[in-house]
This record gives sequence, C-alpha cells and structure tokens, in this order.
Amino acid sequence: MPAVGNSVARKDGIGKATGAALYADDIVFPEMLFGRTIRSTVPRGRIKSISYDFDTTGFTIADYRDCPAKNAVDLMSQDQPFLAEREVKHMAEPILLLAHEDKEKLHAAKVVIEYEEEEPLFDPEKSDQVFKSIDIVKGDTDAALASADVIIVEGTYTTGHQEHVYIEPNGVIAVPENGGVAIYGSVQCPFYVIKALRCLLGSAHPNVRVIQTETGGGFGGKEEYPSMIAGHAVILALKSGRPVKIIYDREEDMVATTKRHPSIVRHRTAVTRDGCLVAMDIDVLLDGGAYVTLSPTVLSRGCIHAAGPYRCDNVHIHGRAVFTNTPPNGAFRGFGAPQTEFAVEVHMERIAEALGIDSVDLRRMNALRPGDKTATGQTLRNDCSAHMVLEEAVKRSDFVKKRAEWKGTNKSIGLALFYHGAGFTGAGERTLKSKARLDLIPTGVRIAVGSTEIGQGTRTMHAQIVTDALEIPYETVEVAQPDTSLVADSGPTVASRTCMVVGKILEECAHEMKEKLGGLTPADYYVKNGAFSVERMYEPPDWIQWDDSLYRGDAYATYGWGCDVAELEFDRDTYEVRPIKLTAVQEFGRPIHPALARGQIEGGTAQGLGYALLERVVMRNGAMANGQLTNYVIPTTLDMPELDVVMMENPYPGGPFGAKGLGELPMDGPAPAVVNALRQMGLDVRDIPATPEHLSNCAMA
Amino acid sequence: MQFTLNGESREFDGNPAARLIDVLREECHLTGVKEGCGEGECGACTVLIDGEPVCSCIIPAGQVEGADVVTIEGLGGNHPLQELFMNEVGAQCGICTPGMIMATLKLGDAPTLDEIKTALAGNLCRCTGYAAIYRAVLKWKGMPEPASAGSAVVVQ
Amino acid sequence: MRLAISGLDMRRATSVEDALAILRNEKRMPVAGATDVYIALNFGTLVPKQFLDIWALDELRTISKRGDTLVIGALTSYTALIQSHLVAEHVPMLAEASRLVGGVQIQNRGTLGGNIANGSPAADGVPVLAAVDATIVLRSFERERRVPVNEFYTGYRKTVMQADELIVAIEIGTVEGKQWFRKVGTRAAQAISKVVMAAVRAPSPRIAFGSVAATVVRVPETEKILGAGGSIGDAADVLSRELKPIDDVRSTADYRLRVSVNLLRRFWSDTE
Repeated sequence: MPAVGNSVARKDGIGKATGAALYADDIVFPEMLFGRTIRSTVPRGRIKSISYDFDTTGFTIADYRDCPAKNAVDLMSQDQPFLAEREVKHMAEPILLLAHEDKEKLHAAKVVIEYEEEEPLFDPEKSDQVFKSIDIVKGDTDAALASADVIIVEGTYTTGHQEHVYIEPNGVIAVPENGGVAIYGSVQCPFYVIKALRCLLGSAHPNVRVIQTETGGGFGGKEEYPSMIAGHAVILALKSGRPVKIIYDREEDMVATTKRHPSIVRHRTAVTRDGCLVAMDIDVLLDGGAYVTLSPTVLSRGCIHAAGPYRCDNVHIHGRAVFTNTPPNGAFRGFGAPQTEFAVEVHMERIAEALGIDSVDLRRMNALRPGDKTATGQTLRNDCSAHMVLEEAVKRSDFVKKRAEWKGTNKSIGLALFYHGAGFTGAGERTLKSKARLDLIPTGVRIAVGSTEIGQGTRTMHAQIVTDALEIPYETVEVAQPDTSLVADSGPTVASRTCMVVGKILEECAHEMKEKLGGLTPADYYVKNGAFSVERMYEPPDWIQWDDSLYRGDAYATYGWGCDVAELEFDRDTYEVRPIKLTAVQEFGRPIHPALARGQIEGGTAQGLGYALLERVVMRNGAMANGQLTNYVIPTTLDMPELDVVMMENPYPGGPFGAKGLGELPMDGPAPAVVNALRQMGLDVRDIPATPEHLSNCAMA
Repeated sequence: MQFTLNGESREFDGNPAARLIDVLREECHLTGVKEGCGEGECGACTVLIDGEPVCSCIIPAGQVEGADVVTIEGLGGNHPLQELFMNEVGAQCGICTPGMIMATLKLGDAPTLDEIKTALAGNLCRCTGYAAIYRAVLKWKGMPEPASAGSAVVVQ
Repeated sequence: MRLAISGLDMRRATSVEDALAILRNEKRMPVAGATDVYIALNFGTLVPKQFLDIWALDELRTISKRGDTLVIGALTSYTALIQSHLVAEHVPMLAEASRLVGGVQIQNRGTLGGNIANGSPAADGVPVLAAVDATIVLRSFERERRVPVNEFYTGYRKTVMQADELIVAIEIGTVEGKQWFRKVGTRAAQAISKVVMAAVRAPSPRIAFGSVAATVVRVPETEKILGAGGSIGDAADVLSRELKPIDDVRSTADYRLRVSVNLLRRFWSDTE
C-alpha cells in the first residue's frame, strides 16, 4: 500500500495527546530570566521621558541603544524598529525591555513614559502614505464600461481585522551559547527569524540558530511577528548573559501582534443583459497599520484574486496598502485573498440580482475554464476546476431545490466559488531558491527541511512523499525538528507551499537518493558505504513567465478551486445566524493524507465562518479594545455546523504526486457563501463580520 | 496542605492563592496542562478535580485541599483517547488537546453528538473546526458517526 | 498572569460559622468558585488583596424545599442547578440559564451566590431570580437578614451587602405562571450575554432584563401596562423608553434595545 493517498500514522508521535510535547513555555533553562515588553500607550507621539518607578536591582533593562548592529526588523523593508527610539507610531509599540528571574517582580515593575502626543491617523481612506500600489490591467476597461449595451453594477464591500487566535500565544527563549545565541520558539518560519537576527546582530554575533519548538497553531500569525519577539529575547539574553524567556499572555498577544488586514473593495462591473462579464474595475484598499511588514505581498495576492475565478476580457484592478497609526497587520491564512474574494463573490450575487438571473447560472456562464486567461493574462491549464467544483457543490448540497423551498422562511442557502494560487507569487519561488535535504541514516532516511509542523501535518505529509518516492517503509523515514543550523532552508511555511513546493523538492531528493542507493535499502547502503545526503533546490516549472513591474503573466504555477455552500437559519428576534450545514467542495490536486487534508478544510472553514459571523476586532484609539477570548469570540463546538467535505482530484503535474497547495484555500469561501445566503433572505450585507448588531441594521434598512 | 495528584499524595505549602495551573506546571512539572488565555475561556488548562473538569488557570491552589486532581499526565501514555485524537486528527497543533481530552473523560456511555458538543463547548480549538474531535470521541465510545457529525469523500 | 500572588492573602474558612467569625474581624473578599475573581487576577484588574476562601463550606451546597419555598444554598454550582429535580420542577428557567453559563468547566465551579455577589449586569442567573422575586439570605456573625433580589443592587457592581456579610442562600417562593427565558450571547456557547430576559406570565407579569443597564433590572412600567391588559404594542413602546442600554465592546445600545423589544413580543406570544 502506498503511503501517499492514505491516512497513515502521523509522524507527530503521541506527545501532543499525552502532554509530553514541549511547547515554548514548557521549556526551562538553568539561570533563565523572564522578559517583558514595555509598550506605547499612545497611538502616535514622541517619547519625552522614561523613568523607572521600581527598584531596578536584579533587572536587565534594554532599549534601542542595546541593539548590537541595527534596530530594524528585516522583513520586506527595514522600517520597523525592534524598539522605538523617539517616535511612536502605534499603540503597543515596543519601547523598552525588562528581564528578571522573578516573574512577579517583573510584572510589578512600573515604567513611566511621557509622550508628546500627535494626531493619529486611523482611517485608511485618508492615508496618503502608500506602502505599495499595484495595477493589474487587461484589455480596455474604461472603454468597455462606457459601451452602450452593458449594465453597470457597482458596490463597496468591507472586511474587518481578524485575529489568529492560535491557542498557544507567542513565545520564544533566547539562550546564549558558544559566543552566539540559540532561539527556541513558537515560530512558523525559523529562517525569517535568522534573517531578522542577522540584521539586528550584524557580524559581531555570527552564531545564531533557531530551533522550532512544538507550535500551538500559527495561521500566518507566527510568520513574521516572532522575528520581533526573538530579537527582544536576544537583546535581553546578550545583555544579561543568561537565557531569557518571553511568553505573551493572551491580551498582549491579541493587542500587540499582527492581524488580518481590514479591506475596502470597490467593484464597478459592466455586464451584458444575459450575464456575460464585460469589464471589471476593482479598487482594493488594505489597511497596513504602522509598518510595512508583509503588506505589499498581502496586497499582491489580494489583487491577483480580486476578479474571482471568472473570465473577463477587460479588467483593471488597482490596489493600495496604506499606513495608519495602528499595530501592523500581517500574514493570515489566505493572505489578502479572503478579503477580495469576499467582495467579488458578494458582488457576483448582486449582479445576478440586478439582471434577474440565477446566480449559479451567472457563475456557470463566466467561471474560468482551461485555456481561459486570468486577470494577469495567465492561460489556465487543465488543472483548472472551477466548473467541476461548482457543479459538484450545487448537486451535492441540493442547492437549487433548497433555495426554492426555503424562500420566505427563516432558512436560506448561498454559495461562493473561489480559487487560491499555491506557492509564492510570480517569480517568487524562483528568487526564493528553497532547498530541501535528505540524509541517509543508519535506520533509513531523515528529512531535513526548515518547513515547520504547526498542526497542518508537515512532518507526516513530507514523510509520505519521501516514502513512496524512495519506495522504502514509512517507518524508516524520520523528520528532523527544524534547527536552522542543521536543516536546509526550504523557505517559509506559508502560502500553501509546504506540500506543493517543499514536498516536490523532497520528492526529487528521494529520486536522486534512490539512484545513488543502486537498489540497496538505506540501511544496507549505510552499512556498506556510510552516510550521505542529497540536497536539492526548487526549480519552478520552466513555462512560468512573470513581469513584476506590469503584474502580468503566470501569477501562480497552479490554483486550488473551491465552492462552498452555506445553509443557515436566521432568528428574526435576535438577528442571530445559525449555520446548519456547510458543504465544502475543494480541488487541490490530490490529497497526500486524506484525514489531514480534511482537517485543513474543516479547520479553515471554521475560521472562515468565524470571520463571516463572529470575529470582530473592536478598535478604540488605535488599539484592540476586546483583546480577550471572552470578548473576541471564535466558534465553539456549538457554533459549528455540520461540515460536508468533498475533496476532488485534478492533479497538478508540477506537484508531488499531483498535489497542489491546500492550507489557505478553505479560508476563502465561507464568508461570501454565508453572506450570499443572507442575501437570499433579503439582508443586503456588504460588510463582515455580519454580527447580529450589523444584521439588525440591515434588517431595519 | 495535602491533595492527591495523579493518584499520589502531594503536599503543597505555598501561598493558597497561587493559581492551580502554576502549581501544576511549575512546582509539579506537569506541563501537559496548557495556558491559552488565563480567563477560563479556552479550556486548554482543563484538569479533573474529584472527577469534574475545571479550568486550572482560575482556581486558587488552596481550594484543592483534600481533593483528587488528575492532569493529562495522570492518564499515562496509552489511554485509547490519546491515540484516537492523533489518528483521527482531532489533534492538529496539539495545544488544546490535553484539555480537550480531560473534558471528554466525563462523557457517559453512548453519548449523542449534541452531548459531545456540550461537553466540549468550554474548550476552544482553532485548528480542526472540531469535527475530527467528534470522530475521535465517537470512536472511543464505539458509536457510529451520525450524518450530522459531518462527512467527507475523495472524488477522483 | 499580571498580578503578584505573593501580595495576596487567602484564608480558608472551614464552616459558615468560622467564615462569619473571620469576616467580623477581617475585611476579606469571599471567594467561592473563583471563576470571576481569578479572571480579574489574571488580567491584573483585581483590587482586593485579602480573600476568604469559602469553597469548603459544603453546608451551603444544599437545595431544599421549606414549605412552598425553594431554598438554594449559595455555593450551589450551575452543574448542581442543572441536575436538580427541585429546580427543574420549581424554576425550570433557572436550570436553563445555568446550562448557558460558560462551558462545563465554569458550570462546575461557578456558584449562584457568586453570580449574585459579583454583581455583573450580564449575570445569567440573576434576571431569573429578579423575575421570580427571589430573596437573598445574608448572614453575618450577629444576624441574618433577607433582602429581595430586586433591592439588592444599588448601582454598577454595588450591592447592599455589608463587609461582614455572606450570601448563604437564595429563597424562591412558588412561581405562579409560565416561565420564559432567553439569553442572547456573543455566540452559541461560552458567551457573555448581550441581552438576557427572564419573565413570568401571570396576571401581574414579571419581567427582568440583564445586560441592558448598570444592574439587572425589572421593568415595572412595562409590567404595569401588560398587567392592566394593555396591548403588547403599547408595552413594547413603553419598554423601549424604559430601558437605557449602552454601547460596549460586545454590542450596541440600539441592538440591545431592538432585541429586548423583540424578546418581549416573543415572550408574550409564546406564553399565550
């Protein structure tokens, strides 16, 4: 029985279920101090003075002057300091670091900071500081919009912040060692942390390594922010000469760290009377917060997906990510696409309404097929499955019948069609040059990659690919815990690339290793010839052409396709929505491990439902005012509907065993499906979260 | 003060106002008890006191005097639920898993899906959407999966 | 956790008598299941530093009938309320409210007395007690007194309780009429209420709301209209003037008012 395609035993071991698995806060080093971050309490201003209202004996105190080389978190830009120097740009911005061996003394320490406050900017529409601007142009949109025989449908759609709520808050430990420092932490991207630390430390401290501890969820939230925390811990560890542990409590984690970018998306669409899309003019605005972080790439993915999985000859997508005096927003599962696909899918429903045609037919008429060109001019190949997932979802959910039967009742049904590009955008995978390595060891082989297991099944899925490519027993494949000094830099664990891209390199490593083994088993080869390793670099498909200045070409090597159908009940007394059932039909090449893949779809769907209905970040004076799990509510067992998951196969030739990326796709569909169901009930919702408060206003309108 | 911890008698002479979770994690080194929120909301710190699931992050240690406390470590390493949580992918990142398992233990025989959901409503999971957790629990109880527990199919 | 434990002083009472003797001499905040107190401790917002742990006072865990009166010990947990036949028979809506408090973990530790003493306007159990005109039994070392729940709160988290008093029991007389309860929370489980309504349909209807004012409230004007045979439409108008909810991080004043009015109408039609 092959490993791939079967739900084999997971490589995680039993530790997660016995409590033996060690997360950052579970690890203790001798002489360890605890670190704490003193943060700004104004959204914008200048630091006038800092004073210590506590006995500083036994404390290590650090500020920006303690950054050994450069006070900048090296990500896409170097604009964000580890510690504010004079200027403060957002609430909860790190200013000062304290460390002490006694947690109580640490928390009791009172630091008084005086500011010269300045007028903050909170409204992204009023911001003139643009982090990144993108224009995607296809055909002549203006001319098409002006033509006589079309109907114009316009609309503005907004989405709010979303907080990741990984159940393990952020945490790292910095441990001085051999003239350098080791970081143990809850991180998605150990090599991002290395990059940031190299910049912070300069050449004086060449020995840095990052070891990923068991990570209690990430969802993008531990993509870039851990670089900041690691920097803080390192600064304190170097100054004190002792290990320093920084663990955020829930409120600090929610208030200070990144969130999903809020968005405002405007659509102006020209459509023929029978429903053919003629022109799409789309404006995307993302609130980036106070520093660049990953906003340019979030905007990029958001814009590329903004026209939805539809064919249209004239498209203009204009996008901006702008500055505001709020904590920086960053990566979150879906990375811009959930925002823009929400907008286009609700807009499609409104177009159908405006034309008086069936919204399923409207999608049938316009959905992309192999050979069609996307907004960036990419010609889709045979692994385009928009129609397949749409038809399956409509059939499986009995959509048409239920929609008719439930008319005028408190029940309704709605759907959304969506897609998600796998891997880095455009030439991204080419410039990333990710590597993977396979080591021959006495018992078999060991996978040595920087890709992290954060719950999604990295270890298992990679081991399955190697098992079948090498044709060896699954039990003889080991997976190394990422330690940047020992594993290959396989790129960040983001962008639905861990299976499709890193899995592919591993497959190739395995093929090369198999050849070298010359028919021997790894164990026999080892006895005879000793150990060896195979390391390979990713080669994207050679047909990929991308012009980053024009935003034209093959944006992604392949896309996953999905159609979600949401069935709801609405309470007209309380305006509460109860999801009854969600049918998630998703095509992602091929499931390597069906049970793990199903888990990705179910979990992503739950996050999408929270995004649609429950999860509202309340911002007051530029800070999250509901930074508690009591007040920022994610779905519980009783909030979740029945989930019907359909995993469709349409292999991508460039992926390992035909697999595409999957992690983000399930996040894109639930929100528009839910809102489109609400529309069936006469609720004109264009903003999420569609909380009962919001729906009560819609119902009154 | 004296209490029973995972079947063994234990002394605690610290401040009775200390949080139970801190005593368990820091003094008794039972780090399977996880802290997710410190507000009794996520359930990751769930332990049993006299057989009842409770959140150890909001319990003064002094209140377990004479009580029987069981943490995930107290189940040993081969409770059938532990294996089922892994096999059914009821555990993804795993941070909620110990608390989830502790909350599950109180369920009676032949629980309905609604009973399982109610028993676990005090435990947040951000990875799974809970469906795989129901599958693990149903299997543990030898119950068939009702349609409302969800379904999945691979279409080739 | 943001508050230093070493600065806290918790003393354990072994009996009610012991507790009252301690409270006579020392100013201590009683702590029962700690489900509210320790959240404040974790957030660093807890002001008192001296506590009296009353969790061991099993004598306050009884639910009994005294004549026609249901007597619920102050340390009765939500779990015990849910499981009690007497509660199911006498005030089923109290069991229903208890089922909607937190998750199982909180239901196992949270107590009815604690819910009352904490004084949150969003307390799920208190509107039920207000609608059934429950009486709170307060005891100090010197005396015992009974305060109607509707006279217990004097403002936001303020009560008539003296520092040396302990809530020992809640008494509920026979409830004549149909009971009706609805909690509207932030989600389906583990939710803080945005609006709670508990009501009794009797010749003189009794209607209480939570989360719409500084304390749990009864709505006497609305009750009067309905009691006098006025239309539900008129009562709804009166209610929308009688309640003055606020905006907070969980909801809005508009929503709370709109939903309160809708719930009043629903109550009226459900109990016809």
